[in-house]
Formats: sequence, C-alpha cells, structure tokens
Amino acid sequence: MSTTKLSRFGTAHQTNWDWRAAANFICGGAGSALLALSMLHAFPGPASGLATLLGLLLIGVGLACVWMEIGRPWRAFNVLFHPQTSWMTREAYVAALIVVLLAAQLVTGATVLGYAAGLAALLFLYAQARILKAARGIPAWRTPAVVPLVVATGLVEGMALLALLLAARGELTSTLVTVLFALVTVRAAAWMHYRRTLLAADTPQATRRTLEVMHRGVLFAGTVTPLALAAIAIVAPGSAALTGALAALGALGAGWHAKLLLVVCAAQVQGYAFGNKLRRGHPLAATR
Amino acid sequence: MTRYVMVADLNRCVGCQTCTAACKQTNATPPGVQWRKVLDIEMGEYPEVERLFMPVGCQHCSDPPCMEVCPSTATGQRDDGIVTIDYAICIGCSYCAVACPYQARYKVDTPRFSYGDTPTDSEAIRFDAGRIGVAQKCTFCADRVDAGLARGLTPGVAPDATPACANACIADALTFGDLEDPDSNVSRLLSEKSWFRMHEELGTDPGFYYLWDEK
Repeated sequence: MSTTKLSRFGTAHQTNWDWRAAANFICGGAGSALLALSMLHAFPGPASGLATLLGLLLIGVGLACVWMEIGRPWRAFNVLFHPQTSWMTREAYVAALIVVLLAAQLVTGATVLGYAAGLAALLFLYAQARILKAARGIPAWRTPAVVPLVVATGLVEGMALLALLLAARGELTSTLVTVLFALVTVRAAAWMHYRRTLLAADTPQATRRTLEVMHRGVLFAGTVTPLALAAIAIVAPGSAALTGALAALGALGAGWHAKLLLVVCAAQVQGYAFGNKLRRGHPLAATR
Repeated sequence: MTRYVMVADLNRCVGCQTCTAACKQTNATPPGVQWRKVLDIEMGEYPEVERLFMPVGCQHCSDPPCMEVCPSTATGQRDDGIVTIDYAICIGCSYCAVACPYQARYKVDTPRFSYGDTPTDSEAIRFDAGRIGVAQKCTFCADRVDAGLARGLTPGVAPDATPACANACIADALTFGDLEDPDSNVSRLLSEKSWFRMHEELGTDPGFYYLWDEK
C-alpha cells in the first residue's frame, strides 16, 4: 500500500536484462579499458599483443552474451539501424571500428592505428555508460551519476587487468600501481556520488538494499583493501609485483561484482504513480 | 495535425477489467501479457484509506524513451502520435522495455497458451509467430483506427474506429480521441475536468490523461 498519494507503487524487478546483459557491461567495460590503457602504457611503441587480444576478446565475449539474450539473434545486424539516438547502435558501431582499426594495424603495422583503436575503446566504454543512462524506466540506471561510475569502474578494471598481466611477466612497476591507486580513488568518488544521488531520490526500497551490498563491496574490497595494498607497493617497490597484483584483483573483483548487482539486482522499474500536478483546462490551451 | 490520446476517468473506473479482457480478445495477447490492465490501488494508512482503479498501458508518449533507445528503428511513431512496433525489424533486445517508465512493454520468447502447450482452436487460428522474441505493447488498436478512418468514421466516436478497451468500458471511463481537435470528446473532458499525467517529470509527454476529482 502506498502511504501517500504521490509515492510510487507497483515497482518490481526488471526481468528483461539478466546476467547476460550484465556480462556485456562487465566484460565490455574491462576489455575496452584494457585496450585503451595498454595502448597508453606502450606509448610511443606498440601495445602488448596479449593485452590487445585479451581486451578484444573480452569485448567480444560481452557482445556475444548480449547476442545470446536477444529474442531474434539472426536479426542482430538490425542493431546498426539507429545511430541517430540509440547508444546501443553506437556501441555496436564503435565495437566494429575497434576491430577494423586493430585489423588494419595488424596488416599495415602502423602503431597509430592501435592508438586510434584505444581511443575508440574509450568511446565504447562511454557508450556503455550512456546505454544505462538512457534507460528511463530504471531509476538506478537513468541517473546521470551512472555515467562517471560506469566509466570509472571500467577504467579501474582495465588498469587492474593490465597490472595483472604485467605482474605475471614481472614488469609491474610502482608507477603503474600509483595509477591504479589514483583510478581506484576516482572510482570511489564516483561511487559515493552515485550512491548519494540515489539515496536522496525517490529510489525503490529494493534498490536501496542492493546499494548497501554494493557499497560494502566497492568500499572495502574495491577501495580500502586495494588502496592499502597499493600503498605498500608504492612505498616498498620490491613487493610491487605481489601487493600490486593483489590490489588489482580486489579492485577488479569489486568492480565486476558491483556491475553485476547494478544490472541484475538494483534495477527496479519505475513503478506507477499519480501525477504530482492536478490541473484544469485543455492541455494545449497555452499553445493555442 | 492529429494526436490521439486516451483519457481515463478514475472517478468512473470500477476496476471490472472489461477493458483488459477486450484488449486480450481483440489483440490475441498470450497469458501474462496485458497491453491494457487496470491497477487496484489502496492509498493511505488505516483508517484513512482510499481505493481506486487505474487503467495503465502504453502512454503513446510524444517523446517516447522506447523509440529513442531502440537500436533497430522497430519502434516508431506515426504522425497521429501512435507509437508503433515493427515486429519484422525488432531484434528483441528489450532495451525499449527497460527504457519505458510505464511497464508497458512485453517480450514473449516462446509460444504461450492458456491451457498448457496445446493452443485452443481460437489461439491456434490467431497465433502470430511474428510476435515471438520481439517487443510488443498496446497499439491504440491502430488497425481499427485506420480501418475506421478509411470508412470516414471518427475515432473515439464511432466504435469501429475506436480502441477495443474504450469500446468495452462499462463505466464510460475510457475515452479515446484527438487532442488537437478542440471539439473532440477528449478535448471536452480535459477542458472541463481536473487531470494529471503519470511520470510527467521524466519528460515523456505521455498521451494518457487521468481525470481525477480529488475528494
């Protein structure tokens, strides 16, 4: 029962997007950021083939998960029909652009094409954030604060993957751990802003409960622990490989967990409500 | 210009769900899919409790979020404001469903029938495989409107040019018509009575008006 005439009622969990959609945001976000950051890390030389391949593979896995979710998979190319306003279409175009640029780099050997692919990967990450923001039926997604959150957590995940790859090769430096430290801090700020925005709004109770679970994950596993480990890696460079890798694992896991919850559990629908403005007179009277 | 809208008089609606049944019958929607439904709402706290009934469905917004996000252009809008879905183009990504603030969209991935896996004779005849795996929602019975217009009838006045839900309403609570026509039945109602629209703050400019004389 609604307690006031203006409160929303009939909110329920959306059942249209499940773990497969979440996988696109998890894999696509991490993969695109890995691509971009590995290009930046390698500048002015070519990026590591392994990092590039892993980034591309993650983007591909994410899109494949979406493909498995759509009702008419053999019409998948129709996704390209609406670049004028649909961020899903734009995401698909940017994904294709990344593949084309990397293929062109492979054929020509021109490193600059790899950098262009890195920039396109950042655009892909941004498109993913805008996909959520455009979902006006889901209060937890439509807030503008979701954009910096999704971009920041994608960058943290990409950086964490890069750190893990470099640690495996014994090349993880305290400088890179410092970058991870900075990105984790930015993500924490983006998360606090997002959470504060939702808690101040008329957010459904189930979403509020999920936010608290996410908060614990992002704050402790995804921020405090990685920051402490990264700080150790920075002040004791000899331990950078181990502590940096552990920090990266924490930051990565917390980001993926948060995105899974954001898509699968926090997404209560708008629900119904009475209008908060009872009016008289023809609706078009003012324009006539 | 024409903009077709629906007006629902909450003071008249008795929650009989005849509109829901008429919609299901007319549009052959499967179990669990209700393009038109009526919410049974209790408000307030004991002993200050009110109960009312609220018809909901696609609001045929003039700025529909579903159309903006649709990656395939399957969701479109006619010049008369009716929001449409082209089942032959839709990829069934459900982006429109999460973008709609009115819970108006459905997707059915496998055929559903009233009594198990075997359709009744009526369901077998009216089953539309084109609606499987794609988004679906209220069309304002656009086919009836168009057929009526072709015969020179006025939508909202002539039953053969009017959505099934409005035709079926036993309390005359649902009224369909052209908002742009100052002499239409919906214009008259909205000029004379107090009204609101749902979730106007989301900028959708919904084409579904609720009449309500708050007591």
